[in-house]
Amino acid sequence: MKISGKVLKYKSNADDINTDVIWPGKYTYVQIPKEEMHKYAMETYDPDFKNKAKSHQILVVGKNLGCGSSREQASECLKYSGIKAIIARSFARIFYRNSINIGLPVIESNEAVDAIKNEDDVEIDLVNGEIIINNDNKIKISKYPEFVLQLIKDDGLINHIKKENENNKNNENNNIKNNNDGE
Amino acid sequence: MPYTISQKILMKYSGKNHVKPGDIVIIEPDRVMSHDNSAFIIKKFKNTGVKKVWNKDKIVIIFDHTVPAKNPEHKKNHDEAREFVKEQQITNFFDTKAGVSHQVMLEKGFVLPGSITMGADSHSTIYGSLGALGIPINRTEMAGIWATGKIWLKVPETIKVIINGKLPNGVYSKDILLKLLDMIKSEGATYKTLEFTGTTISDMSISARMTLSNMAVELGAKAGICTFDHKTKEYIESKTDEKYHPIFNDPDANFEKIINIEVENLEPQIAFPHKVDNIKSINQIDEIKIDQAYLGSCTNGRIEDLQIAANILQDKKIKDGTSLYVYPASIEIMNEAKELGILNILETAGAKIMTASCGPCFGAIGPTLLDKKICISSSNRNFKGRMGSPNSFVYLASPATVAASCIEGKIADPRKYS
Repeated sequence: MKISGKVLKYKSNADDINTDVIWPGKYTYVQIPKEEMHKYAMETYDPDFKNKAKSHQILVVGKNLGCGSSREQASECLKYSGIKAIIARSFARIFYRNSINIGLPVIESNEAVDAIKNEDDVEIDLVNGEIIINNDNKIKISKYPEFVLQLIKDDGLINHIKKENENNKNNENNNIKNNNDGE
Repeated sequence: MPYTISQKILMKYSGKNHVKPGDIVIIEPDRVMSHDNSAFIIKKFKNTGVKKVWNKDKIVIIFDHTVPAKNPEHKKNHDEAREFVKEQQITNFFDTKAGVSHQVMLEKGFVLPGSITMGADSHSTIYGSLGALGIPINRTEMAGIWATGKIWLKVPETIKVIINGKLPNGVYSKDILLKLLDMIKSEGATYKTLEFTGTTISDMSISARMTLSNMAVELGAKAGICTFDHKTKEYIESKTDEKYHPIFNDPDANFEKIINIEVENLEPQIAFPHKVDNIKSINQIDEIKIDQAYLGSCTNGRIEDLQIAANILQDKKIKDGTSLYVYPASIEIMNEAKELGILNILETAGAKIMTASCGPCFGAIGPTLLDKKICISSSNRNFKGRMGSPNSFVYLASPATVAASCIEGKIADPRKYS
């Protein structure tokens, strides 16, 4: 599974970007359709993000991205602004899980954060655990456990459960059918 | 092999006879809490195609974040959740009248020592105050639990924080937690369990322990556990008859790190804008005038907190130009504070008593901060724009410091009033 795109890098020390500045509390209990989330994404951190995200797909920041509130829109608004993957030195725990569970790959790598520059072209190979910068510089990253990779492939936990649920139903139907055949 | 509390709980719930940090286990939690975000979880749950929730008795829904509903959107969220509660026959639903969800969970006896209790809210680490594994998640994962009853968790390392000594007058558990933020910073416990232990913890009330466990998430922690003891036993048995099984560290359990804190000379601590780990001791600060003060939240809105503030504000007046908003963390607390005369003291001093809810803590409801306004708050976060305008400023402190500051109209040392 490969993801590629142009890098939007805030600084190598853009640390502790919290979920309040990514998605302010006043929007947290308003049902905003995913198509419109980009309008508010990163509003307090960088009001110009929505424009930058139009031409950039890989977000690169420092450490502890997404600390603070558990609000999932912080991950969602980035995804629905067009961000396909995030590379950081580290992520806050809930933000990390939220991102994976909505099918947004998040990658921890000091080496990559140091090596990648704004506007670079980057390819991320999640299966082989590798980042390729400008078709040249290769950086190894930790591979996801198989079932985490599956969540990303299924575009998140909800779709994953839906798929499994449908498989189960099909199996049940087949079983019923088989049993009927037997009678 | 010896294990920590977190490891033992995760072993028990995953049915494994050995785990190590980094292992991924699948567990079924005892109870799960969601609040006004339930409307959003419902949509995700419906998208899974599953028709019936996994267990209607283990799901708790409590409205607190948008209470009172400020706009039609908030009302719509509430109505959708009310409808779902009826349709799925959810047993434990608390409409807008109960208080802050975490407080209600604890007061109703829904958090059992030794249990896994999860909430779709970052401050669910507070359940660790009763020796439970309280783990925060969010909407998609909650929808996943509603649909399947299962969740994947990584087995965490544990950092043991040993806190010893007698707290000086005017210094509280909030100050200890702020001090810890100063020491290890906001990512200092990311993915890890924090365990709070030592003589200070043994001497401390359950309410004060709740403040520590609650803010464990501000250090990035997955959980913040205070070990079960006779005080925990007394608390939980006064709330519920449900059976529970406290879990303890094995004697030689491995900790990733041990941090020692001596509190005998600890001073009141303040978190400066806009980071929770931007900490200064009260004697290091210049004059900081305040416009507004907030006393409340899941961190510090309990009866003990209101009492501490009332003791300081008794026969005093809040400085003109400063507003104090008090949000008791639950209706139970509101009623008790009324009976004890605490609300009367606070009101006489000039405070405004608000409804039991989250209030302006996260900037959506109530007297949120306008441009350039400065607030001292007993809550848990001071991020840019957290309580309103991105151009406002929030300082975090203990209820005592909040109360003392109201008298002077500037950030003040509570020790001279204690």
